[in-house]
Amino acid sequence: MDNGFSREPMLDIFIYETMQNIEQLEAAILAGEKQNRLTPDTVNEVFRLMHTIKGSAAMMMCDNIASLAHALEDLFAYIRENQLEDVECGQLFDLALESADFISLEMEKVKKGMDLDGDPAGLIAGIRECLHILKGEKPAEDELKTKEAPPAAQHYYLPAQVVDKADDRKTYEAIIFFEEGCEMENIRAFVIIHRLKEITPDFRHIPSDIVADDQSVDLIREKGFTIYFKTSWDYEKLYDFFMGTAFVRDLTLREVEEDKLLRNLTEPQDLTLETPALKVPAIIDGDLGVPRQLDVGGGRQSIISVDVAKLDKLMDLMGELVIAEAMVTQNPEISDLKLDSFAKAARQLRKITGEMQDTVMSIRMVPLSASFRKMYRLVRDMSKKLGKEIDLILTGEGTEVDKNIIEHISDPLMHLVRNAADHGIETPAERLTAGKPQRGQIVLAAKGAGSDVLIIVQDDGRGIGKDEIIQRARERGLLNKPAEEMTTEEIYNLVFLPGFSTNEKAGEFSGRGVGLDVVTKNLEAIGGSVTLESTPGVGTTTTLKIPLTLAIIDAMNIRVGSAKYTLPTTSIKETFRAKAADLIQDPEGEEMILVRGEVHSILRLHEVFALRSDHTELTEGIMLMIEQDGKCRCLFADELLGQQQVVVKALPPYLKSINKVEGLAGCTLLGDGSISLILNVGGLLAM
Amino acid sequence: MTTQAEIADLREMGDEDTLKGKYLIFTMDKELYGIEIRYITEIIGIQPITKVPEMPPYVKGITNLRGQIIPVMDARLRFKKPEREYDDRTCIIVLDTNDISVGLIVDSVVEVLTIADEDIAPPPEISKGGQRYIKGIGKAGDTVKLLLDCKRLLTADEVDALSELP
Repeated sequence: MDNGFSREPMLDIFIYETMQNIEQLEAAILAGEKQNRLTPDTVNEVFRLMHTIKGSAAMMMCDNIASLAHALEDLFAYIRENQLEDVECGQLFDLALESADFISLEMEKVKKGMDLDGDPAGLIAGIRECLHILKGEKPAEDELKTKEAPPAAQHYYLPAQVVDKADDRKTYEAIIFFEEGCEMENIRAFVIIHRLKEITPDFRHIPSDIVADDQSVDLIREKGFTIYFKTSWDYEKLYDFFMGTAFVRDLTLREVEEDKLLRNLTEPQDLTLETPALKVPAIIDGDLGVPRQLDVGGGRQSIISVDVAKLDKLMDLMGELVIAEAMVTQNPEISDLKLDSFAKAARQLRKITGEMQDTVMSIRMVPLSASFRKMYRLVRDMSKKLGKEIDLILTGEGTEVDKNIIEHISDPLMHLVRNAADHGIETPAERLTAGKPQRGQIVLAAKGAGSDVLIIVQDDGRGIGKDEIIQRARERGLLNKPAEEMTTEEIYNLVFLPGFSTNEKAGEFSGRGVGLDVVTKNLEAIGGSVTLESTPGVGTTTTLKIPLTLAIIDAMNIRVGSAKYTLPTTSIKETFRAKAADLIQDPEGEEMILVRGEVHSILRLHEVFALRSDHTELTEGIMLMIEQDGKCRCLFADELLGQQQVVVKALPPYLKSINKVEGLAGCTLLGDGSISLILNVGGLLAM
Repeated sequence: MTTQAEIADLREMGDEDTLKGKYLIFTMDKELYGIEIRYITEIIGIQPITKVPEMPPYVKGITNLRGQIIPVMDARLRFKKPEREYDDRTCIIVLDTNDISVGLIVDSVVEVLTIADEDIAPPPEISKGGQRYIKGIGKAGDTVKLLLDCKRLLTADEVDALSELP
């Protein structure tokens, strides 16, 4: 691994692309498995992805990944060429998925800069065996195949610092042609040289300067890459060695006279190996005249990956730009002047910044589909292990939410789906006895609801009874009030308390009693909430309510005394001025108001936040009725300032460490650069 | 502000060695205090501050520092000294430790001084608190400077904070 040249710039791209390829691979295989047969599409896709992974892994010297990908590629190449469709695909898919897991694991190590110590030998052996069985069915083609798909030449991955005995060393000439369109031929040649160094110190290659010289790419393309070397390895071994390299299309290997090697030994042969930086040649497209075989079905990607930190920065700058714009166009120094052309220019500026803001926001929006699709794999693995038959149905996966939110909900989603599959869905036998269809069903749905997105995980399993929960909670000492007084909602919320687990033993997939409180914690972090409903025998529904975006909300600004506060418009039900006749006061001094026959309690904001307000008389200020999760309350403020979109910013962590202010959700910058505090509706309702 | 420029220069040079032993000296209630330069991001004049409810009195609120929201605390109130009106000499020193940014309101900023380790005496042993934020007493010229422990200053002592609630 430590080969003296820096691979940093390429490493990120390699990791990113390989992870994407693995995801696509899983998707392709799961799709194939659904149809329970091997379609040419699946085979082509797997072949293509493995080919890509093999190439890039070999280039990055991740030999174990490359060899595994190579083996799998061989297998699928065989299937593809012989158009086998009626093969036993179960085992094939398992192998492919296991390989995908292996590669993801190794990629994690690459990310952390650890050594790749995973040994794919077992997997490769399995793949070989599978290939042999397939070939066994068609012995006629066996011979042909052996040449095209050489057995995994594992030995060369071992540290091959063998000191060759001088006697039986022979000199060989190898001329290598790379596949057309594989790009960066010089770097692929460099990889070969690098590996060759492990076998023998005596070699020479043409062109000699492969990395630094851009011309070398064309030379290798036209005339092939020629190496003269001396080794004790036999012909077979060497053939495998070269053919095991990514993208090698054609190889001519023959024994030659020793002087061929020596002829130019005065030339500094090792020069290229010491070159610290790789110069990646300009990728020449289109002049190949050959349709690019590698990209079958892939198409040109017009998507780039961007560091989220940069997006956050862009977002911040955008917020400042909006403020700066307001500072210019609404500058008090020009407010009394009549400036026609200035007003026109200012309007134009406002329009552009507005559009830009929308675009910046939309960049951060990501569809939920990626997180949702991951669940296919989870459900598949679990149903296999648990012996259950489960269908996963996705709806509304195109719903878009902010990137930050996606990160926070993948874990909760996984927990919930796991729980549904593990505890919810019964075994086929149990289901049949209960008069349900044999196959269980988990529905994962997403839909927008105002400024929130609802994500619903629903199963048609055995459900969970209230009594069961209460009993459990009592055993764990989690009940803090008599069970008879609890509402259904409160009972089900017990499930989300830390330490509550209804499963006796911790299973492989779930049941350590940490699952559901992680869900709540993760959701609270992004201002979401979770509710659970269940009917014994019918199923369980868990609903996650998450804000559409952490960043920008439609908001109402209000004023209390000299302080400005902001409320999300969606949580304001109505605003009105109170009439004295509607006001009620109970014996404890609690103030209430009658609105269309319903009584709501009143919260005076100036009292909550200890402020001096303009109005203390309830009939003089303004009432805002807020609503969340079915609960209503009236807030009393001095004045409404107006509605606008605001950029939500978190309160500084320092303040939160001093005192967790329940009534505040964050803060925002107003047009004039001043700060307004965003009220936390849930917190105010709970006061 | 020359002190500001000086700090900017020092920070640009960046490495620990150039920052080591350098203190920003500020005044508060006739006393001179020092803060290690490496914790300081910048010095700004007094800004409009938005009050945040349910905070101890020394936390004056939050302010907008070019789009970044930072909490601001009043050094006088933090050390239980009498409050005074802010004027155009009043400064906010923006501190940054462990990725927490906090503004510290002080009466005025004086200069940047190099105080060698041997000129710093440990604070007298007094068990009655009060010394918690002082990590040493620096001697430079004919005056002494109380050197603040920045990390202590910013690690909110919750018991303390809650008991100070109105």
